[in-house]
Amino acid sequence: MSEELIVARGLTKKFGDFTAVDGIDFSVYRGESFGLLGPNGAGKSTTMRIIGATSQRTSGDITILGKDPEKFGPQIRAHLGVIPQKDNLDEQLTVTENLYIYGRYFGLSSKFIKGKVDELLEFAQLEEKRDAKVESLSGGMKRRLTIARALVSEPDILMLDEPTTGLDPQARHILWDRLFRLKEKGVTLVITTHFMDEAEQLCERLIVIDRGKIMAEGSPADLIKRYSSKEVLEVRFGSENNEAVADQLRDKCERLEVLPDRILLYAEDAEHVLEEIMRANMHPKTSLVRRSSLEDVFLRLTGRTLIE
Amino acid sequence: MRKVAAGGSRFVFETRFLNMRKFATIIVMYSVANPLLYLLAIGAGVGTLVNRSSGGIDGVPYLVFLAPALLANAAIQGSMDETVFPTLGGFLWNKTFFGMNATPLGGREIALGVYWAAMLRVVFTVLCYYIVMLFFGVLKAPHAWLALPSGVLAGAAFGAVMLAFAGNVKNEDHFFTFVGRFIIQPMFFLSGTFFPLDSIPIYLRWIGWISPLWHATDLGRYLTYGHATPIWLVWTHIIFLLVMIAVGLTLAFKAFGKRLAK
Repeated sequence: MSEELIVARGLTKKFGDFTAVDGIDFSVYRGESFGLLGPNGAGKSTTMRIIGATSQRTSGDITILGKDPEKFGPQIRAHLGVIPQKDNLDEQLTVTENLYIYGRYFGLSSKFIKGKVDELLEFAQLEEKRDAKVESLSGGMKRRLTIARALVSEPDILMLDEPTTGLDPQARHILWDRLFRLKEKGVTLVITTHFMDEAEQLCERLIVIDRGKIMAEGSPADLIKRYSSKEVLEVRFGSENNEAVADQLRDKCERLEVLPDRILLYAEDAEHVLEEIMRANMHPKTSLVRRSSLEDVFLRLTGRTLIE
Repeated sequence: MRKVAAGGSRFVFETRFLNMRKFATIIVMYSVANPLLYLLAIGAGVGTLVNRSSGGIDGVPYLVFLAPALLANAAIQGSMDETVFPTLGGFLWNKTFFGMNATPLGGREIALGVYWAAMLRVVFTVLCYYIVMLFFGVLKAPHAWLALPSGVLAGAAFGAVMLAFAGNVKNEDHFFTFVGRFIIQPMFFLSGTFFPLDSIPIYLRWIGWISPLWHATDLGRYLTYGHATPIWLVWTHIIFLLVMIAVGLTLAFKAFGKRLAK
């Protein structure tokens, strides 16, 4: 295995009586893209702030690049590129000025930063906006600028907290493409998300978190294999009938989940299950056959959906 | 491990300077228009009246008496603008301080960087005021230029305390109402600005005693035309203002650090 960049053991963070992070263990290795998947309020952002050496743990241990963030905050932060959940760009300044000042915060020389700006603007596809005030940019552009800004110091670890939340589908895909390029270059990524498609696209390995605890760990494919069937059949009988019908469907599949608006039937061959349902003279209002996803893994582990 | 550059506050200062440059026109206009307005209204109006009826105050023409107070007040306004707004912006509006804190910079560097930039604005404002006064020919005191350091000191003291205040603000609406009505206004009128402090009732004088404006104004009057301030009081003024700077900054560092750590 390659070098461990982040090691957490029994990591715990409490805010008064509330335990946001509840004794979690994980490691992140150089060059991998590591994900924290879980619903809002699961403790992902808190964990990110502890890794980012801006928030201190209550108990447990963590080292980043071999150092304790409680003692070496600024030194650790010098190696990180942080993309927070909400952009905190300087809206009054231009795109280029934002890159410039951020580089300066790391103590980089003006000459070094100026030499790097073009490359960063190209990466963020913002060349034409170089002298535009940040205020005037779209949400997707601001997000890309925030990522470019985090890259100015050539960080060892890039940390992305909910990178595409609030973006439209097209902007999301552009962003994923940019992040994928970073991954290919061997940049270590730590990503939190409550979107299972994002986790599947970007993370080689992930932990599923719920209520501050780790529910499972592995690659997306691994987790799906371990906790779900190959395929899923989604059927809708109308929200009032779903409960009643569920009992008759139970023996037709490996496992079944009743959600408020639909029933999920887990099976190796979902098409076949649908045929059997039809043969039994039951007629769902809508039906959909799909592959299992991390959403199903989460549902299996917690009994809840990711986006509530 | 990478080395962390010492004196990170200068990078925050740089950011603030870039920001101030965007508002340069407004800042310059304000810095010139403000003294023009005061000198026209008070110099030509109130001043003439006072001089005619009593031959000035304190043995000097009214505007000589007033000049140190106006300078100190301008300094206070400038330092208020450049500490309160950037701090509310950094913590509440754009949350840029959290971005800075994701780099090697900490609360102390951020607070100090904002403070240095505010001091640049204070010096600029006071200089503008001074130049306008030169044109009006009101700087007749023997050491008129000594109102510059006393004015800057007022801005430095008030700015440090405001930085700490703003660093603790979670809801800006109440803050502005509170500071405007209960601090700035009473301080402006009751700090011996337009008339000597000992000409107001004793039960209101405490406002002057705790006001950086009064301490700086009285100090300025002593320095510029030799107002009869006992030497112990001169030192009290200087120490009071220096202590305000030290306490204000200490509290600001604490507030910023705590706010960022979450």
